[in-house]
Amino acid sequence: MTAATETGHPNVLAKAVREGIFAGVISFFMFLLFVGVETYQDINNALVWRTRWGLLAIFVLVAAVSRFLTVGFIKPHIDRRKLAKAKSGVLEISEQKNFFHRHFLKIALIFLLVYPFLSLLIVGKQGSLKYVDNFGIQILIYVMLAWGLNIVVGLAGLLDLGYVAFYAVGAYSYALLSSYFGLSFWLLLPMSGVLAALWGIILGFPVLRLRGDYLAIVTLAFGEIIRLVLINWTDVTKGTFGISGIAKASFFGIWSFDTGSANSFVKAWGLSASSVYYKIFLFYIILALCMLTAYVTIRLRRMPIGRAWEALREDEIACRSLGINTVTTKLTAFATGAMFGGIAGSFFATRQGFVSPESFVFLESAVILAIVVLGGMGSLTGIAIAAVVMVGGTEVLREMSFLKAVFGPDFTPELYRMLLFGLAMIIVMLFKPRGFVGSREPTAFLKERRAVSGSFTKEGHG
Amino acid sequence: MALGTTTMTNDTILKVEHLSMKFGGLMAINDLSLEVRRGEITALIGPNGAGKTTVFNCITGFYKPTMGMLTLQRRDGKEFLLERLRDFEIPKLAGVARTFQNIRLFSGLTVLENLLVAQHNALMKASGYTILGLLGLPAYNRAVDASIEKAKYWLDKADLTDRADDPAGDLPYGAQRRLEIARAMCTNPELLCLDEPAAGLNPRESAALNALLHLIRDEGASILLIEHDMSVVMEISDHVVVLEYGQKISDGSPDHVKNDPRVIAAYLGVEDDEVEEVIAIELEGGNH
Repeated sequence: MTAATETGHPNVLAKAVREGIFAGVISFFMFLLFVGVETYQDINNALVWRTRWGLLAIFVLVAAVSRFLTVGFIKPHIDRRKLAKAKSGVLEISEQKNFFHRHFLKIALIFLLVYPFLSLLIVGKQGSLKYVDNFGIQILIYVMLAWGLNIVVGLAGLLDLGYVAFYAVGAYSYALLSSYFGLSFWLLLPMSGVLAALWGIILGFPVLRLRGDYLAIVTLAFGEIIRLVLINWTDVTKGTFGISGIAKASFFGIWSFDTGSANSFVKAWGLSASSVYYKIFLFYIILALCMLTAYVTIRLRRMPIGRAWEALREDEIACRSLGINTVTTKLTAFATGAMFGGIAGSFFATRQGFVSPESFVFLESAVILAIVVLGGMGSLTGIAIAAVVMVGGTEVLREMSFLKAVFGPDFTPELYRMLLFGLAMIIVMLFKPRGFVGSREPTAFLKERRAVSGSFTKEGHG
Repeated sequence: MALGTTTMTNDTILKVEHLSMKFGGLMAINDLSLEVRRGEITALIGPNGAGKTTVFNCITGFYKPTMGMLTLQRRDGKEFLLERLRDFEIPKLAGVARTFQNIRLFSGLTVLENLLVAQHNALMKASGYTILGLLGLPAYNRAVDASIEKAKYWLDKADLTDRADDPAGDLPYGAQRRLEIARAMCTNPELLCLDEPAAGLNPRESAALNALLHLIRDEGASILLIEHDMSVVMEISDHVVVLEYGQKISDGSPDHVKNDPRVIAAYLGVEDDEVEEVIAIELEGGNH
């Protein structure tokens, strides 16, 4: 037994070599047509093809070598460690958590609060535009959207594939009402939430008697309907051109962030003109909105309505046998989720200064849903981590220009975004089928609060 | 809310009159009439496929009966026609709670949370439909404390206090049965409908269940139960109704039912001279 698990034992090494070659052969045939052959247009616009043997060789080598290493060294190493642990009698699951683990949420919040200033300090005004806007704001928008969808999918167990519709309703509410009627951001922010919630109810009323797959299909259709209306109702929405020149948010009506205006923020504070102040301001707005979403979700979970949502996810028939009106319960979940989507939408509109139906395609719904599922349905922390990984990851890909040195000058890493997205999902679902945080915090307890393992909770089916 | 056409005496809680339920060409229940008396344990028994669970589903609103009237009278004299109420209104307004043949717990919620969900309607009202509750008003906090007290009471009665913070799906089978009954009791029912509560229990768990049911009856709730196990039925019920092929074949005290030849025929097979009679009943049921 011990001899067989030794690294370098001929049996293990032979097996590793065998499996490595096997993986190489498989990947050769898999990537032969995708990677090995490339088509392009020549000078006469005719489609011709050429081979990329070098690139194909890299793919095959990576597959073969990593399989060899996994089988030959990494797996025996892990097995030995497990064996040693089992022998010494130390439990795998340790109750002791380290300092970082225990105070993770506090550390994360403090980091977010100082993040814009940190980036100002380190990379300066111009450099921090990218870090505050592309990373900070972008990720936080997705965090808020995913937390909103979490109420519908994670708590109430209603599979909604058209969540982006409410995001669109919020964005267009702000864009239209501010450009036609000149209403301010701070008035329209709650208003677009209310409008989106209203749409949630209007959609939910006929739809929520459907369950499972049927509900998913109908919500998917609703998302597309909203987008098509936005494209085709050109008189109001300007169709695919979109609405541009949307008003910026003001500093609670005191200072404006428009450079020309009399009470401009930079003038009042005697700062040099830069758009970074506006971005930092937006960062704190979306951070506050995220905190609001989290606060409301946490509070609602402990209220009877939140418990009814979770009960609905677990067993709808049992809910009805206890006198819970499942239709209104589902509607409130749908409307609450839609409201946060709408608020995030109006924030998105003011941040971009431009909205068009392009931003509200099905892919967005899929990404938000993927974040919720990856994070662990129902868990705010897990979802936030998933948003950082998924959204931040794709942004980081843009920065990876050194990959061009490996894969050639015409390699554009962000085009591989979806490939990596899918790969990441498969890996996470293999090792953590319930998402990053699979357990559930109970909302009430008699003696001690113990997390409920993910194997008991259900995903909901309607 | 809806006034029944028949007058009921106060000792009848549920009156089923001419109940029929048809699934396509199958007559699952055929002109069934029965009464459940207040403060008693009434058992509904019969062979497999006799239509017991269908009767239950009609009473608790999961099926709409093809014909017939189900009148429930609450202690304060209010009468409800159950076939006109929507399924969730039956527990909410008429005070009828039920359990299921295949246990339906909220397995991912803790035992305590299961009991709190059952008090949803009372808590919703106390929280001003969530809005006032979000403000944390003292009235709501008192209602929350009261709901936890009630949950503790039934946890104690169902012998589940030690497992209060465990997920419901983690409980052993017998404890899940008791939890389902405790959860139903947390809705403050006047009539508790139990669908095969003793199925799959070992003798010790079965005895604990009997004690729990007696306690519930003594606290004033009436019980209607479906049961296969004759020993359980004879031991705890005050009144037994026997169904076969969707029709009532016997009705009375356990002793009366035990000695009824039609019941013996239905359960044990029949003597030669009774075969004709049984076939006649069968045909009558199938022809409708």
